[in-house]
Amino acid sequence: MAAPIGQPRVRIPAQARAGEVIEVRTLISHIMETGQRRDQAGAVIPRDIIKRFEAKFDGQLVFAMDLAPAISANPYIAFPFKVEKAGTFEFTWTNDAGEQRKATNEIKLA
Amino acid sequence: MGKVAGLTLGGAALAAGLALAQGGAPEPQRAIPDPQSGRHFATPETLAIQDDDFQNPAMLWAEEGEAAWSRVEGTAGQSCASCHNDGTQTMRGVRARMPAYHARLNRVVTLEQQINICRTERMGAPALPVDSRPLNAITTYVALQSRGMPVNVDISGPARPFFDAGERFYNTRRGQLDMRCGSCHEDNYGRSLRADLLSQGMSNGFPTYRLKEQRVISLQFRLQGCVNDVRGEAPPMGGEEFTNLEFYLAWRAQGLPVESPSVRR
Amino acid sequence: MDTIATPTRRGMLALAAGGVAITLLPRPASAQLAAPTQAAIDRIRGGRTPQEGRVTLRVPPIAENGNTVPLTVSVESPMTTADHVKAIHVFADRNPTPDIATFHMTPAMGRASADTRIRLGQTQDVVALAEMSDGSLFIARAEVKVTIGGCGG
Ligand code: HEC
Ligand code: HEC
Repeated sequence: MAAPIGQPRVRIPAQARAGEVIEVRTLISHIMETGQRRDQAGAVIPRDIIKRFEAKFDGQLVFAMDLAPAISANPYIAFPFKVEKAGTFEFTWTNDAGEQRKATNEIKLA
Repeated sequence: MGKVAGLTLGGAALAAGLALAQGGAPEPQRAIPDPQSGRHFATPETLAIQDDDFQNPAMLWAEEGEAAWSRVEGTAGQSCASCHNDGTQTMRGVRARMPAYHARLNRVVTLEQQINICRTERMGAPALPVDSRPLNAITTYVALQSRGMPVNVDISGPARPFFDAGERFYNTRRGQLDMRCGSCHEDNYGRSLRADLLSQGMSNGFPTYRLKEQRVISLQFRLQGCVNDVRGEAPPMGGEEFTNLEFYLAWRAQGLPVESPSVRR
Repeated sequence: MDTIATPTRRGMLALAAGGVAITLLPRPASAQLAAPTQAAIDRIRGGRTPQEGRVTLRVPPIAENGNTVPLTVSVESPMTTADHVKAIHVFADRNPTPDIATFHMTPAMGRASADTRIRLGQTQDVVALAEMSDGSLFIARAEVKVTIGGCGG
């Protein structure tokens, strides 16, 4: 059973000028189990990580990340984005089991 | 509801009355009169994570606690919000004055214990296990409402014996290393112990997101670690010894701003 | 009180010295890498030879705990359709497995940069390898000293 993917947090400015490069920041609650730890009985705790993050703007892939177990628990991911028009960001986090968490955020032109 | 404030006041008045009746024990003196928060012993990178509410992973716990605040649980069909309304208002300053003497129970209770008292006695809900994620989450949410306010616990009157017990625990040498808490946190702060820079062992940042644990931990979880460090036998979390010790630690940190949720290595 | 105050001040100085030194001492990217890291890089580069420059890898020189080490990687690039960064691969030279992350980038970003937090099992080099849209490769390397708390529960 995969560990829960918690409620994501996303921060982007609600408004931006056309041509402005903004920062998109995300944080999600997840243990990022490496698969290299052992439990008290000595059994290996199976790997269970968020392995993929994708950010799409109006359906277009803007940024993606492949994560290895070397990403810290509760992954923090931030990247720039050049605003050209108003639209909607969709963020997707996918774990080893293929389960997904999504979040959406709108950007308006100032 | 609005009954809560009245009851709390009642408790305070009773405590004050008892203090007068006992004539008051002499003021204890702090070994470190001018305490420094653990943040003074952290690297800029760790502080950058703490000081940015977006990046601080403990805020994930605070948000879980916020959601739990208005979730109905237990046989009484109530949530925290049923009695305490808007937590951002009613919980202001609570973390700064806890642990506190609880008149009806005639003992000192920590913030975590008070939350469980409300759950079991008023909501008809089971107590949350010590240092569990849901208990740390609601505690983090409540503590956050006092951020920046000076720690200010009341050790007078009937609370004093519990304070004294905590002080005795603090000053007792224990473990194979035969050390007291102060051996590290009073006599050697600012120095490195193996690779670790010793702080004054202040409690104003708890609950804290511990980088090592990669989760929010309660103060008593940290205290177990410290007792284990001197190869001592740690008393149970949530028990009387650690509760009194936590009370004493709050007094050591008196005046420091509540920093919860802090980030520590 | 002086006896207590002195070690603190010393501690603070040590800290300041350790912490403020954000300027990295980049290592020559040519220095020998561990075999698994080299193999991972070889798989990406095929026959190409990575050049130094253009990539900036920001990691703290000293990490208090290897579990959560902030990392920022950026690449000088106009990020246009014709000329942009396609991916940045990040490796930890002495972790049990070298992979940390791959950031996939597009011109829509406007700047080639990404932030995350990584786990480092010990003091080691972090390596970033950027793949540009014209097929060229750029590499950078920085050392992080990991202070694993030997004590403190
Ligand atoms: C049915 C009403 C009721 C509910 C529900 C309730 N409490 Fe309470 N709470 C009280 C009362 C009354 C007090 C006063 C102290 C006492 O008698 O225990 C109190 C005290 C407290 C205090 C100490 C406040 C102070 O000023 O020192 C905290 C913290 C607290 N509650 C948290 C919670 C949390 C968190 C929940 C939800 C898990 C909750 N309470 C649910 C009635 C309630
Ligand atoms: C062998 C040395 C040692 C002893 C003895 C010791 N500790 Fe600690 N303690 C540490 C280390 C190391 C840390 C982590 C670094 C720091 O904050 O000092 C720590 C951290 C703490 C913290 C967290 C500080 C913060 O800012 O997050 C508290 C609180 C604390 N100790 C209390 C105690 C108490 C109470 C005792 C006695 C039961 C005790 N310690 C005994 C070594 C010790």
